[in-house]
Amino acid sequence: MAACSVEELLLKAEQEEAEKLRSISVHKELDLDFDIGNLLACDKNRIESRDLRQQLKENYLRSLARDNTQLLINEIWKLPTERVEEAIVAKLPDTTTPLPREKPPPKPRPPTKWEKFAKLKGIQKKKKTNLVWDETKKEWRRRWGYKRANDDTKDWLIEVPETADSNEDQFAKRIKAKKERVAKNELNRLRNIARSQKIKVPSIGLVPTAQQSKDDLATAVSVAKTSTASVGRFQDRLPKEKPTKSRGKKRKFEPLIGDFSTERHKQLELLKIMDTKKPKLDITKAVNKQMREEDREEAAAKHKRGAGKKGRKGNMSGKAKGKGGKGKGGKAGGGKRSKPGKR
Amino acid sequence: MRPLTEEETKTMFEKLSKYIGENIKLLVDRPDGTYCFRLHNDRVYYMSEKILKLATNISRDKLVSVGTCFGKFTKTKKFRLHITALDFLAPYAKFKVWVKPGAEQSFLYGNHVLKSGLGRITENTMQYQGVVVYSMADVPLGFGVAAKSTQECRRVDPMSIVVFHQADVGEFIRNEDTLT
Repeated sequence: MAACSVEELLLKAEQEEAEKLRSISVHKELDLDFDIGNLLACDKNRIESRDLRQQLKENYLRSLARDNTQLLINEIWKLPTERVEEAIVAKLPDTTTPLPREKPPPKPRPPTKWEKFAKLKGIQKKKKTNLVWDETKKEWRRRWGYKRANDDTKDWLIEVPETADSNEDQFAKRIKAKKERVAKNELNRLRNIARSQKIKVPSIGLVPTAQQSKDDLATAVSVAKTSTASVGRFQDRLPKEKPTKSRGKKRKFEPLIGDFSTERHKQLELLKIMDTKKPKLDITKAVNKQMREEDREEAAAKHKRGAGKKGRKGNMSGKAKGKGGKGKGGKAGGGKRSKPGKR
Repeated sequence: MRPLTEEETKTMFEKLSKYIGENIKLLVDRPDGTYCFRLHNDRVYYMSEKILKLATNISRDKLVSVGTCFGKFTKTKKFRLHITALDFLAPYAKFKVWVKPGAEQSFLYGNHVLKSGLGRITENTMQYQGVVVYSMADVPLGFGVAAKSTQECRRVDPMSIVVFHQADVGEFIRNEDTLT
C-alpha cells in the first residue's frame, strides 16, 4: 500500500512538473510579433476554422488567448526587472506601433495682417544674432532687454536737433514716442485677434486708424455734430457745408391695409420653415412609445396568466382588451385602468 | 394698428403651434375670405379683411378691440395667449384633455387639473405639450400645459397635477376689465 502510494505520489509530481512546463512554454508555427511597449502581440498563425465551427469554439478561443498571453508574459519576463516595494517591475521599452492621436490636430493660428503682407511680398524672417557689439561699453551685449547694447533710454544727454524747438524736452519726447509705439502695437494685436475670430470691430463713430482718410474725417465731423444733447438738431452749419448723410435705419412696418395675398404667402412660408426645423426624432416621444409597448406586452402577459387561473376574470379582462385594441381606443383602456389604481 | 413684423409673427406662431400644430395654416389660409393678424396696443387681433377696413375709421386711441384677441406681447417680447383665442384653438387642437364634471369648477376657478379630475387624455401627449381642456360633454373650458405625459398620468397618485392651468373661460368674468 505504502509503496504504491509513493509511486503514485512520484507520478503525480512528475505530471505536475510536466503540466507546469507545458503551461509556460507554448509552441507556435509562426512566431508572434511583439510590441512590448504597448503590451501588444500579433498572432499571424492560421486559425483552424474547423475548431472554430465546432462545439468547442469557446474552449478553443480560450486556449488560444491563454497561449498568446503566456507568450506575451514570457516576453515581458525577458526584460530586466527590479523590485519596488515588494512588487516585481519591468521597464517596458519604447513602443513600435504608432497609434493615432485621440484629438484632431490643432488648427494653425490664422496669419496676422503683417504675415499675410510678408507672404504676398515674399519677405522672409531673418534670424538676428542675440549678442551685438557695444561701441561705448566695448563689450558684447544683448540686443534687447535688460543691459542691452546701445541703450538709448540710458542716455544722460541728448543732442537737440537743429530743426527742433530748443525748449522741447527731448527725454519726454522719446518716452512719449515709445509709449505710442507700444499702444499702436497693442491695437494691432487686438485687431488681429478680432480678424481671426471674425468679430466685427465697431465701425460706427471713430475708430482709431493709423492715417485718417477724407471719409474718416467726414465721419468724424458728423459724429462730432450729432454728439450734442439735442443730437445735433440746433447745430449751425458752415456757409457751403453739405448736409451730412443720415445714418441709422428707421424701423418701418408694412401698411395696415396692404397686399393681403403677399402677407398670407409670407406667413405660409414662415410656417413651412418652422415645420422643417422641428426635430425628426423626438426622444421623449420615442421613449414614451417604447414604454407604452412594454406596458401593452405586460398587460397581455397578465391577461394570459389570468385566463389560465380563473375563467371568469380572464373573460372580463379579455373584453376590456378587445375594446382597447379596436382602434385608437387605447384612451378608453387607459382611463379604465387608472380607476382601480386610485382606489 | 399695424401688421406683425416677421419676428413677431414667428414668436406668435411658435406659441400657437404648441396647441394646434400645423393647423395654423388653416387660420392663415381660409377659404371663407381673407383673415389677418394685426397688432394693436401690444395685442394681436385676428380679424377678417372686412372688419379691418371698417376699423380703420376709428382712431387709434379710441379703438379698444377689433376682431378676436389672440393674446398679447409682453414687454420682453414674449407672446401670451388669452382665453379669447379659445374659439380658434379648440376646433384645431391636437392634444385634448377632458376633465370630470366634479373637477370642472375647480379648473374654471383657475386651478390646475389634478389626476383625480382627469377624465380622458389624448394618447401620445408628451410632457409640457400644450393641451386644450374640455368638459366631459366636449365643451372647451380653457387650455394649459401637460404636466405629465400620458404614460406617466397612469402611474401618478390622484392628487398630483396633470395639466398646468394657463387660461380658462372663467377669466371672462374674473378678468372682465382687462380682456379685450
